[in-house]
Amino acid sequence: MPAQAGILAPRPTRWPRVAVARRPFVVAAVGIGLLLLALVAGIAAGSVAIAPGDTLGILGRRLLGLDLARTWSAAEETIVMDIRLPRVLTAMVVGGGLAVAGAAFQGLLRNPLADPYVLGTASGAALGAAIAVLIPVRVLFLQFGLIHALAFLGALASVFVVYRLSRVGASAPMTSLLLTGYAVGSLLAAGLAMAMYLSGTGLRQIFAYLLGGFEASSWGRLAVAVPLIVLASLAILLRARSLNGMLLGEEAAAHLGVDVRRERALLLALASLATAASVAISGLIGFVGLVAPHVVRLLVGPNARLVLPLAALLGASLMVGADLVARLLGEIPVGVVTAVIGAPFFLAILRRARSGYEL
Amino acid sequence: MIRIEGATVAYRGRAALRDVSLHIGAGERVAIIGPNGAGKSTLLRLVAGLLAPATGSVELGGERVDRLDRLAVARRLAVVPQLPTLPFATSVEEVVALGRLPHEHPVRGMRPGDRAAVAAAIERVGVGHLLGRDARELSLGERQLVLLAMAVAQAAPILILDEPTVHLDLRHQVEVMELVGDLNARDGTTILAVLHDLGLAAHFFPRLVLLDRGRIVADGSPAEVLTPERVREVFGVDPEFVRLRAPR
Repeated sequence: MPAQAGILAPRPTRWPRVAVARRPFVVAAVGIGLLLLALVAGIAAGSVAIAPGDTLGILGRRLLGLDLARTWSAAEETIVMDIRLPRVLTAMVVGGGLAVAGAAFQGLLRNPLADPYVLGTASGAALGAAIAVLIPVRVLFLQFGLIHALAFLGALASVFVVYRLSRVGASAPMTSLLLTGYAVGSLLAAGLAMAMYLSGTGLRQIFAYLLGGFEASSWGRLAVAVPLIVLASLAILLRARSLNGMLLGEEAAAHLGVDVRRERALLLALASLATAASVAISGLIGFVGLVAPHVVRLLVGPNARLVLPLAALLGASLMVGADLVARLLGEIPVGVVTAVIGAPFFLAILRRARSGYEL
Repeated sequence: MIRIEGATVAYRGRAALRDVSLHIGAGERVAIIGPNGAGKSTLLRLVAGLLAPATGSVELGGERVDRLDRLAVARRLAVVPQLPTLPFATSVEEVVALGRLPHEHPVRGMRPGDRAAVAAAIERVGVGHLLGRDARELSLGERQLVLLAMAVAQAAPILILDEPTVHLDLRHQVEVMELVGDLNARDGTTILAVLHDLGLAAHFFPRLVLLDRGRIVADGSPAEVLTPERVREVFGVDPEFVRLRAPR
């Protein structure tokens, strides 16, 4: 047939098979290595330095039941098991969860500048936390205070409001969602400013929450937040096909077999859940959820099946590393560290990217 | 294959399609023509199940399209989408691979058969020389060919094209039409295309459906449909102009 002739004729082509097929494994291997390194360093380092060998020894003895000779003190064992281990694990899960949520929001909103906080989760959580500080009642349940509960509910409630307000007819077009998120976020920020103004001595507490951190991590908090974050992230990973379809826009996604309305609502809910649970236990930590998915996309392309797990790995390593830096600098807020590392990093990526990002 | 019965579609109170009935058999090649705003794209969206008719029904292969889930529709019918803006750097092969979404494993993703279909679609549409490039850096015409390759990779028995040649130069227009003809003749793919270019439509499609203000006003061979009176009446132009462009 003439269709096989002319410009449409197959040309000798160079399939970049190896690069495309093998790179994800290399990236995954490097990511796992990075994460393990960060975990050990994160447990070993701190105001009391514990030798890496002893750190591994304590972990091996207590977690794997290995019969190792004790070359460390009981105090060191307590520090590793009850303080540092829950702390690095919290940082790991929160970093991974925020990275997955960020990748999901970016894919869903088709906007590279989206992050887990884009639909008002951050301002909702912040306002919830501020209100909790203003309420003079102290309740503690499973090591969770009012501040965590209201931050969690605030984050979820704000996304729900944004989603409902942005619905035009039966669907919520993405631009409308983004703009509504911005408007609601601004309104909540005004509420937060008012709450801070009224808070008096509670101001420092609100401020510490806004900057985020892992110094208050504990096994109890971890046990409640981990299932939420991990299950939401896994459920997002199972919807990778929908995120891939959305690359070409909602109509094309529908033609490719994606039930756009249902998938959008589900993905928004799951990503918001992961974000809200993260924010509730560690406060607002920026940049990890924005940067990790971008770095991974530059390495392996936009396929969500690869981007989501690899971004989780990178986000987890970044967060454990950032927490370590924060601790070594004398417990400065982690949010400050991620911004100081993340912003220049992000600029460097943007410059390296082959072409500019469309907004 | 495609069966529309008495379908009426209204957008915000304005009827975009009125009482449209259209039967297209398996292996047919049909072009929908008509002036802007006649309802051509609405008709395609109706067939693809993106719009529900206010009255009437749409069937694909004997099943009502509104009772099929999106995945089942996508396995029956591939659509070459309008040029999208891509939010992230996406290579040409990654775009073409999206055509396999309805077929790939829900958890593991693409299997060897899917990869083979992607490679075959790339060869067939002739976009092999674009591999490895970011689809956002391509010209509009090249992007259109890549999207066509994506739809070919979808390997559905029905292929729907909405203005597949708008951004192409004359030579590529002809080549895309020949490729579509080849898919129809060799693979038996049912083709439904919206075309603005009456010359291309008349030359490459044995059956034309002329839409005007939401109604089908003519349905038949190019000679039957494109009579001078109708061209003057529906398009409001001198029929000589159409005859000059049409090859016969």
